[in-house]
Amino acid sequence: MKTILLVLCVLAAAVGFVALPFLVFRAPLAYELFVNQKIFYYHVPASIVMFVAVFVAGIAGVGYLITRKPTWDDTAAAAGDLVVIFGAIMLTTGPIWGKIAWGVWWVWDARLTSSLLLWMIFVAYALVRRYGGPGASRLSAGLAVFGMADVPLVYFAVNFWKTQHPTNNVIPTLGPGMREPFLLGIVCYLLLFIALLAARKAVRSGERRLHETHDLAADAGLVE
Amino acid sequence: MRFLRHVAAVAWKDLRVELRTREIVSTMVFFAVMLVLLCSFAFVDKVPSIPDMASGILWIAVAFAGTVGLSRGFERELHGGTMRALLLSPADRGAVLLGKATGVAVTMLVVEAVVVPLLGLLVGAPVDRSPGLLVLLLVLASVGFAVVGSVFAGMLLPTRAREVLLAVILYPVVTPALVAGIKGTAAVWAEPSQLAQAYFWIKFLLVFDAIFIAVSLWAFEAVVVE
Repeated sequence: MKTILLVLCVLAAAVGFVALPFLVFRAPLAYELFVNQKIFYYHVPASIVMFVAVFVAGIAGVGYLITRKPTWDDTAAAAGDLVVIFGAIMLTTGPIWGKIAWGVWWVWDARLTSSLLLWMIFVAYALVRRYGGPGASRLSAGLAVFGMADVPLVYFAVNFWKTQHPTNNVIPTLGPGMREPFLLGIVCYLLLFIALLAARKAVRSGERRLHETHDLAADAGLVE
Repeated sequence: MRFLRHVAAVAWKDLRVELRTREIVSTMVFFAVMLVLLCSFAFVDKVPSIPDMASGILWIAVAFAGTVGLSRGFERELHGGTMRALLLSPADRGAVLLGKATGVAVTMLVVEAVVVPLLGLLVGAPVDRSPGLLVLLLVLASVGFAVVGSVFAGMLLPTRAREVLLAVILYPVVTPALVAGIKGTAAVWAEPSQLAQAYFWIKFLLVFDAIFIAVSLWAFEAVVVE
């Protein structure tokens, strides 16, 4: 477990700090936006990985509600925290781009609003995890399922509503020199996601086992 | 058929308690009216567009009053120890959820019946413009809000911080419905009315209700155990 984790972290760091900056540096400058366009290679992969994390949290939540196995719950909790982190990356890089491209930090447009809401659902998820008390794991599993149901609304919002945000068609039309750093960005964030997920999950299940052992010991009268 | 009878039985139980005590409806209405008054003091004569402001006030009042109704409606079951009885009854869990939600939705509609004319009176909202569409928007959004809210209120019953957590988890999930309500109402009240837009938001609410009622039925079944 530890070696796999170490390999994942080294790989993620190598891609993120060496290969990705090199390719991003070499990528052609975009018409009108110049250097500012390069934030795209971080913003879009972070959002994609955020959605992956939402689905992992949602599916693990469903798994937990059906099977009641705590290992599903550990995965869901780890993925839920990562939604908040990758969402935070998305929500800080987006406005920086928007300030140059649109002249404002934020607009109340369909996609921005619904992504923000999705992120807020998972901030609420983290709050429930911490302050929900004994029933928190069931409660947060339910909340993650609702979060997942919000995703189609977010994804199609762009195509149904009038929106300022670039549509999903941007990605297939990327020119040469732009496609490679973009794909590598996704790889980098996915590696980071998997490494963090595994680490967080290991910590949580360790915590849980410690509590269980403590309870057992308390029952046996070995500790207070 | 049996399912619907159970839904009706649970809803009628809640509504009959309410008809006798009027505890929840009267506090909800008072709370909503206070919100409308405060918003009117704060915003009237300062915004360019009456329809936009009035529909915002309407839906803030609906959302807040709805939350009060939800937590009181479930708190009552907790104090009476009747939630367990409801869950143990042979009725389907889904029927219990929809019954509770119907009770909440009906009380929300009572609040709306007071707030909408009040908005016409206090801030001059054109409430007589396409009333059918407005009613449709209010019913669809209230139903979605009540169903999702009932799942969360039911799930939160055993937790200590339930009041504050209900607001924390409910608002992000139901905001799409509230946004649809706000935009749809503003479109209906606009001068001239933008009916195409209003129909779009009504369709959006139908999709929202369909998705979230399905998820709620499943989640309530799986999550609420005693």
